[in-house]
Amino acid sequence: MDVRIDEKQAGESVSPATLVSGGAAPAEDGALYEARRQIYPQSVSGTFRRIKWIILAVTLGIYYLLPFVRWDRGPDAPNQAVLVDLEHNRFYFFFIEIWPQEVYYITGLMILAALGLFLMNALAGRVWCGYLCPQTVWTDLFLAIERLAEGDRRERMRKDAGPWNVQRVAEKIVKHSLWLAIAWWTGGAWVLYFNDAPTLVRQLATFHAPAIAYIWIAILTGTTYILAGFMREQVCLYMCPWPRIQAALTDENALNVTYRYDRGEPRMSVKKAKAARSLGGPAGDCVDCGQCVAVCPTGVDIRGGLNMGCIQCGLCIDACDNVMRKIGRPERLIAYDTDVNIQRRQAGMQNVFKPVRVRTVLYTVLILGIGGLMAGKLLTRADASLAVIHDRNPLFVTLSTGEIRNGYTVRFANMAPKSRHFILKVEGLPGSRFEVIGEDKNTSGREDLDIGPDQTRETRLLVFSGTAKPQGNSTPLRFVVTDETGKTVATAKDFFRAP
Amino acid sequence: MANASDPRVDARTGTPTTGHEWDGIAELNTPLPRWWLWTFYLCIIWSVAYWIVYPAWPGITGWTAGVWGWNSRTAVVQDLQELKTMRAAGEAKLSAAKLEDIEKNPELLSIARAQGAAAFANNCAPCHGAGAQGAVGYPNLNDDEWLWGGKLADIQTTLQHGIRWDADKDTRSGAMPAFGKDGTLKADEIKNVAQYVRSLSGLSNEGGADLAKGKKVFADNCAACHGDDGKGNQELGAPNLTDKIWLYGNSTAAIENRIAVGGGGQMPAWGDRLDPTTIKALTVYVHSLGGGK
Repeated sequence: MDVRIDEKQAGESVSPATLVSGGAAPAEDGALYEARRQIYPQSVSGTFRRIKWIILAVTLGIYYLLPFVRWDRGPDAPNQAVLVDLEHNRFYFFFIEIWPQEVYYITGLMILAALGLFLMNALAGRVWCGYLCPQTVWTDLFLAIERLAEGDRRERMRKDAGPWNVQRVAEKIVKHSLWLAIAWWTGGAWVLYFNDAPTLVRQLATFHAPAIAYIWIAILTGTTYILAGFMREQVCLYMCPWPRIQAALTDENALNVTYRYDRGEPRMSVKKAKAARSLGGPAGDCVDCGQCVAVCPTGVDIRGGLNMGCIQCGLCIDACDNVMRKIGRPERLIAYDTDVNIQRRQAGMQNVFKPVRVRTVLYTVLILGIGGLMAGKLLTRADASLAVIHDRNPLFVTLSTGEIRNGYTVRFANMAPKSRHFILKVEGLPGSRFEVIGEDKNTSGREDLDIGPDQTRETRLLVFSGTAKPQGNSTPLRFVVTDETGKTVATAKDFFRAP
Repeated sequence: MANASDPRVDARTGTPTTGHEWDGIAELNTPLPRWWLWTFYLCIIWSVAYWIVYPAWPGITGWTAGVWGWNSRTAVVQDLQELKTMRAAGEAKLSAAKLEDIEKNPELLSIARAQGAAAFANNCAPCHGAGAQGAVGYPNLNDDEWLWGGKLADIQTTLQHGIRWDADKDTRSGAMPAFGKDGTLKADEIKNVAQYVRSLSGLSNEGGADLAKGKKVFADNCAACHGDDGKGNQELGAPNLTDKIWLYGNSTAAIENRIAVGGGGQMPAWGDRLDPTTIKALTVYVHSLGGGK
């Protein structure tokens, strides 16, 4: 990625005709493909670096350890707090258990995630990219290991440019071994979310785990190793769609990591600036030390302005603050700011920060609305369900007595982790009676059914018109399931068809 | 990389151009990362692997089999084999279970109904209909009227040996004589007895027939099979004439036609076509449609 827009260059006018080379072969620097320029981010300390370390520790801690957290659900359900049980089609998240037909919770979660991303973006730009994105977090971790094994920026550059020797080989072996170990454990932690973690760890250690577990570990080891070790900023620059979407979603009031060129320009050395200031002339705070570029994990120059290559991690703020402190100038020459404010300051006006805008209010309202809807749905989630499908063919059957019978396929779901006793009644056609195939014929107008823990049972149900004379060819019916205490736990609606 | 004085560099952006120009508009050259080009080459190489691994090139007498020997036909055979293995446990349970016990066990019932539904769609639906609703001359299997018995054992026997299926010596037989065709009954006798039969299930007397004469004709000719009271005889496949279910319809014309022409439908014996477990499953399936006794 190139640093672009030099003010001076942009000011020069060149006639369009001079821009083209009259069909000559592209020059060397006009090649169609570009080799990756190795970036050697320098270590830095400061507020934002600290925030990044904390987020790294928390997010990776959650990722690696969460599968081992236990949650008691009784004897008939797994006791892993977060578990994607593909074999039995269940998803467990602490007190929540989701069945496949409740996939809309996942949809809701996706919508919340997208809106959260939009809100973050409206408030402070690419917060996700700079601090939370797995690509950023793992790259950060891999960079720390690289630094540990091979030294900081300048050492790494010197070594990479120099000849191979025993020390360099040893350092590379240490680095790649550590990278692979982390990558392997990343894949290992992933599969633990899909099976009982302690059991699977034991199986993995004794090579008794299912083949699919090893395959997934291998895939994720490979992707982690390649993406965090080698691809790094290339993922953000060329592979990730979010920078493109983000650029279209942002506005001029969103805070961004900004070089305050109103303060920084014109750039000059400390000495010259001092002299210029004493004479009352213009003097910028930027000493052109290049520290902001040296620490940048994507290799951009923040002084070029808002840039798609910038993931807004804030490390250049830390780097610049360290320099400003040393030369005795105020901190935050690079800061979370807006271009609007720079222009206002240049015009002698006060800064404005507008976190409350139409879009932030809209995103917040939508997040609260959807979040509230999901929470409400979860709190009132039924732990039993009944699905009724009327026979399509024949719609009704005339019996030898002239009685009309309708057939239905019914499916009871006991979504609780314990065995339960259900009582089924069919309402809507007084005088009618019903039977469940496989159960004793009932005479009391109710059918008693036992459904195992966390299970469904499909069966056939027949409704007989009995002494009822159905009016018209379609009478609404209500199927009611109650538990032993008489509380209604599930209902379903269908119709009784007659000639 | 960009040099502002180079004529092939766009001065405004500092980006080199490709050298292409249309009406004074030059195309900026934003180079693609080279690794992306490599992935493209890698994909080309990968695609060649398909020729080697999978069946690819046609020949005169066959095709290149590929190193894995995979092809979609063997895959189908393998899938069917796997399906068989997968179902083996359920099938074994079904095969071992007593016919009377299957409906009381929810697991066995669901296995039997699943297998029965598939077998029904493949073998029975052409005559009895997809929902076993039947048609004129082909009994509705959902209702509670059974020509040859609606108990599990009766249904199994019917399935096993068929109806009027001469190739099976144990087939169910019993045919309605062609009273009109062979001259046993005269036209007015047929008319009278037809109306008498209608009256058995409460249908009106059409055309002013003499029901008393009809009753006499019935007692002399029909009661032997259909019973004195017209309630039928499942041993002979003689239908109950007093209920609301009519295999050939209850119009005067339909009944008169049956009396005149006689005969009855055929059902193949499935014993030599389907394995005993499938017949068991079909028995339970048909029984569980709702009319089973």
